[in-house]
Amino acid sequence: MDAILFIAFASFAIASAISLVVQTHPISSALSLIGVMVSLAVLYFLLGAEFIAAAQLVVYAGAIMVLFIFVIMLLNADSEGPTGRSWRVNLLGIPLLAAFVGIIAFVIQAFLPKTEGVSLAGRDGFVGTASLVGAKLFTVYLLPFEVTSVLILIAILGAIVLARKEID
Amino acid sequence: MTFNSVPLSWYLMLSAILFVLGIAGFLYRRNVITVFMSIELMLNAVNLSFVTFSYQLKQVDGHIFSFFVMVVAAAEAAVGLAIILTVFKNRQSLRIDDVSSMKY
Repeated sequence: MDAILFIAFASFAIASAISLVVQTHPISSALSLIGVMVSLAVLYFLLGAEFIAAAQLVVYAGAIMVLFIFVIMLLNADSEGPTGRSWRVNLLGIPLLAAFVGIIAFVIQAFLPKTEGVSLAGRDGFVGTASLVGAKLFTVYLLPFEVTSVLILIAILGAIVLARKEID
Repeated sequence: MTFNSVPLSWYLMLSAILFVLGIAGFLYRRNVITVFMSIELMLNAVNLSFVTFSYQLKQVDGHIFSFFVMVVAAAEAAVGLAIILTVFKNRQSLRIDDVSSMKY
């Protein structure tokens, strides 16, 4: 059951990611990115990260992607034209990226110790519920959490300053 | 291999593939918004690695790291899209080739 779910949603994620790269219209890319995020949320759930799965859906697929689509609509973004680069240069990138995946695959296979597989039944009661994540967030990681609030405040101020209309 | 479990390396491989596809989108696309979405895809791929290792170590720390990545991504999206709005207001263009005056 776990393997079927993994393969289904992993292939959906990869297909959506390829679609993100290949589509020329930004709206199609944004919808593909939502597909990636939703399937990743399912995979987080399979890994026992319930809180992160919910946050992925609410924060990423909800809030951030709505912001993206809002900006695409606002700017009336059109599909992009020809890049003006030769097709040889474009073709050269594909083997380089494939080689990069190959190197990562080699490192994973060579250095990852032999472990048991991931399964919903075999996670031994390890579930990243909101209470478990929150307990650690507010004790061990309290300082980074508080610094995050300053970061968000600065981000809000920056967004307002950048996007405001000039008042003369 | 049974159907009841998935090797840990598959999750890491998926993460690597998604990350490389994010790099490909970042390098190939010419639209600022699509380039920005490719960066979000890379952040998502790294999040998957965090959660996978968190499962393996049976520690909740990886979940917290990916939570922080989400927070940073939200802040980054707000500021980045505001920058894109400003660039569009000044240049009437979303092509990154038109915004290269700081390149040289």
